[in-house]
Amino acid sequence: MSSAAPSLSPPRRDSPVAAGGARRHLRSGSPVTPYLFLGPFLILFTVFVLAPILVLAWSSTRQWILGFDSGGFVGWANYASLLSGEGVLSEEFWRGMRVTAIFTVLSVPLLVTIPFALALLLNLRFRGRTVFRALYFAPYVLGVAVVGVLWHFLLDAQVGPVNHLLGALGLPDSIAWTTSLPAAWVSLVGVTVWWTVGFNAVIYLAALQEVPAELYEAARVDGAGAWRRLWTVTIPHMHRVLQFVVVITIIASANMYGQSALITNEQPGGATRTAIGYIAQTGMQSYDIGMASAMSMALALCLILASLLVNQLFRFVGKV
Amino acid sequence: MSAVLPTRRRPLQPRRIALWVLIIALTAVFAMPLLYMLSTAFKTPAESVSPDFRIWPQEPTLGAFRQILGDDSVPVLRWVGNSLLVAVAHSALTVTLAVLAAYALARMEFRGRRLMMGAILATMFVPAVVMLIPHFLIVNSLGWLNSYAALIIPGAAGAFGVFFLRQFFAGIPRELEEAAIVDGCTQWSTFARIMLPLARPAIATLVVLSFLSSWNDYLWPVYVLFSGDMQTLPSGLRLLQAENTTRYDVMMAGAVIASVPVLALYVAAQRWIIEGVSTSGIKG
Repeated sequence: MSSAAPSLSPPRRDSPVAAGGARRHLRSGSPVTPYLFLGPFLILFTVFVLAPILVLAWSSTRQWILGFDSGGFVGWANYASLLSGEGVLSEEFWRGMRVTAIFTVLSVPLLVTIPFALALLLNLRFRGRTVFRALYFAPYVLGVAVVGVLWHFLLDAQVGPVNHLLGALGLPDSIAWTTSLPAAWVSLVGVTVWWTVGFNAVIYLAALQEVPAELYEAARVDGAGAWRRLWTVTIPHMHRVLQFVVVITIIASANMYGQSALITNEQPGGATRTAIGYIAQTGMQSYDIGMASAMSMALALCLILASLLVNQLFRFVGKV
Repeated sequence: MSAVLPTRRRPLQPRRIALWVLIIALTAVFAMPLLYMLSTAFKTPAESVSPDFRIWPQEPTLGAFRQILGDDSVPVLRWVGNSLLVAVAHSALTVTLAVLAAYALARMEFRGRRLMMGAILATMFVPAVVMLIPHFLIVNSLGWLNSYAALIIPGAAGAFGVFFLRQFFAGIPRELEEAAIVDGCTQWSTFARIMLPLARPAIATLVVLSFLSSWNDYLWPVYVLFSGDMQTLPSGLRLLQAENTTRYDVMMAGAVIASVPVLALYVAAQRWIIEGVSTSGIKG
């Protein structure tokens, strides 16, 4: 993230003469005080953030059905069986990974570009701008359960208003939005865009407002039209935020669960069950801890690789 | 400099019209589904599935709400209480832990500070799926399955809150603290009386964001809560959907009940929510 320079700079000591007295006081506060402040956080951080990383690495090397099997060490066997592509667990897991990948590939481009356009719109001057910003953001605060239940109804093939409206417009009115492919993909991606577009738009908007107005004026004086100004002033200034949004959107899309659980009920025949959905089911419903742990590691590894790839891509583009 | 530039001419009229057409169309896209949810909750079962696209119900009725409140297998009011309790406790715990830790990391000198900061920051890059199965194992071995503790505690020590508040504390001028100490404040009273009030906006943002993330959490409560009366609203809605597969009026009534508290919070704390999300982008 940062270059080598900061680590070479001397430790911070602002004006030792003026602040010397106060400094000594600060230090003469009991040496345990910092640890008292940090203690409560560190205890929970150790148990629920650091330990889980080790627990997962450990549990992924066991054959372990919670409540039945004691958890014998099997080395790489869980990973090997996952990678073999044979057996129900391996097949279903990779099917879930494919669902997650398809959803991510379909949704991320839309979730990066549509909010950007929306942020450009909200960055114009017009009356009631903050009200509309709040309105477009509103679906996000509802949470996936409400959004899922709502769209499961709106998209119902027989009684849902989406098909009724399409029918009224003379379009096909019997598409099974929630139970057939590829319509289910349109539903899942479309609802996700509707639900989270405001979130990314608000992040972009804050960055847009940081672009110095003088640059636009200068570009205008040079005769650059709106489109040129977008490419020569706005987008170069958005480089870091774009990178941030792409990474968090990939992570969010790869974690998709609620939409496929509630809108499509993982239909048709489990074809929209995501990797995380299958991991949760394997570990917390079938209690197959060993396999679910290995699956978690595989998904996490893919996510880390994807994030690194995106960061490299942005670095490469930044240099060109 | 920019003050001396001539004020910009108002854009041409047709552009203005196009802008407003776009804004109104977008408003419809975002608001119509929510309005339709609200209106369906007050429709009769027959009207809720009729092909007429009606925003105002023909014969408004509280039938769907009565049906939900009279059905003991879907104790929605209890779920509202569970969700509130869990979200309030979770955000209170998250913010308390984060404020104390962030202050120490930003303002105190002690052994191991850089190491701790490094460890906390590093975990921000660990995908959330890594925590899922281990949290289940830990919660199970603590005997917390099907309890409020399972929802309140495991996610409370995240790196984000500490990172977010540390940035804020680091930005407060040191002179303020030094003056307080010269005036005889102890470390604790400097923190409590000087720094905490200054950090109020950042704390408010974090309170609201952690409340929302707890309130809306779906996957975790589905798997760690077993009994009907322990559900939160999101996991409860799933039961409601399973029980009323054809009663869309009832489902929408449940969705409305689950939305009202967050929408109220949103209207009240809109500024902090939106600012919190925006700053997360700038700092990230």
